Amino acid sequence: MSNLFSKQNRAILLGPLSSNNPVSVQVLGICSALAVTAKLEPAIVMSISVTAVVAFANVIISLLRNTIPNRIRIIVQLVVVAALVIIVDQVLKAFAYEASKQLSVFVGLIITNCILMGRLEAFALANKPWESFLDGIGNGLGYSFILVILGFIRELLGTGSLYGFPIIPQSFYDMGYENNGLVILPPAALILLGCIIWVQRSMNKDLQTK
Amino acid sequence: MNRQSNGYTIIYSSVMVIVVAAVLAFTALSLKPLQDKNIEIDKKMQILKSVHIVATAVDAQKLYSQFITKSYLIDANGTEVAGNPEAIDLKIEVKKAVEKRKLIIYECKTADGATKYILPVYGAGLWGPIWGYIAVNDDKNSVFGTYFSHKSETPGLGAEIDKEPFQKQFESKHLLQNDKFASIGVMKAGQTAQNQDQVDAISGGTITSKAVEKMLKDCLSAYEKFLTAKK
Repeated sequence: MSNLFSKQNRAILLGPLSSNNPVSVQVLGICSALAVTAKLEPAIVMSISVTAVVAFANVIISLLRNTIPNRIRIIVQLVVVAALVIIVDQVLKAFAYEASKQLSVFVGLIITNCILMGRLEAFALANKPWESFLDGIGNGLGYSFILVILGFIRELLGTGSLYGFPIIPQSFYDMGYENNGLVILPPAALILLGCIIWVQRSMNKDLQTK
Repeated sequence: MNRQSNGYTIIYSSVMVIVVAAVLAFTALSLKPLQDKNIEIDKKMQILKSVHIVATAVDAQKLYSQFITKSYLIDANGTEVAGNPEAIDLKIEVKKAVEKRKLIIYECKTADGATKYILPVYGAGLWGPIWGYIAVNDDKNSVFGTYFSHKSETPGLGAEIDKEPFQKQFESKHLLQNDKFASIGVMKAGQTAQNQDQVDAISGGTITSKAVEKMLKDCLSAYEKFLTAKK
């Protein structure tokens, strides 16, 4: 058990959360990060879906890595990812219908999320299943981390609630406070994401260009 | 075995496709009953919304059976015909000639005992289908409430038809003028509808707004005999 979570494996799992974050450092998966974060709930459902897909795709590709013919490896990766995404979509329709309605096309678009192909090409094809699984979970969590921050800020400022529950008391509205309509729209997510990248880079010395 | 040979590649991809297809078919089939149930609940929530009853996925079934007293089919002459309203596919029905259509009516008894007739409508928007439910009061003329939704209209523009500000405009507008079916016009600011009640179109969503107008006219005109018949 000790070498399952060796120092190296911990780095694989935790690296994507900070200094190697897929969204804020590698700037992958921005499209969906802007599209689904107007509210916290779809952001969380999307996070779980992407984490599940990237982790399992990583494991499957890693298991197959010695059998995949080199010339069609991208096609094989796409088929695996597409199959997993369809399964996620079907499961959401069966068990989380409201969320699946809100996410609509974006579940299908997980297929084109650069994080997935990036991890499969860069990591799973060259590493053992367990490490690949950790890498998938790590990257999924790194993506989720950004989505949840964005979803939290946007729902709070945009609709005055969190996860559907009203947070800002009515007395605030009576005194003239208004929800910010701009925060609901994708451009605000881009600005917020820029702020997150700014804060992260100013705190993390490794990321600063000399 | 040579993993770079053409034969290996072809066999590998064939096996992969068959395995993936089998897995997906199994998933789709085993989850189908649950998905159908969700769609049915969603439809009931939409119908209830047109009579201003906000249901959640949990209590939709209960509220539906409490308020929607019956649903039945009529033909273009306004006479009731046999058939199961649940089995009617609006998408197919609206393409038929008016005389051949089977028209669905949901009857609702609201909390204060008034009867409302809920008429489903279906049409083509800009990018995909749009649909809705129009609840009329028991004078079969003035609108009590509406619900519109869409598959893929432009967010922020045409997609606004599923928001309350647009839907609220229809309340207490009249479908009939001088006992003739006139529908309700969806007009740009400054335009005035001739011989019919009107609501404001959505700025930037002209095609979707006009699609709503056309959908109302096409679908509800089939109900003319039903609407004009006095009890």
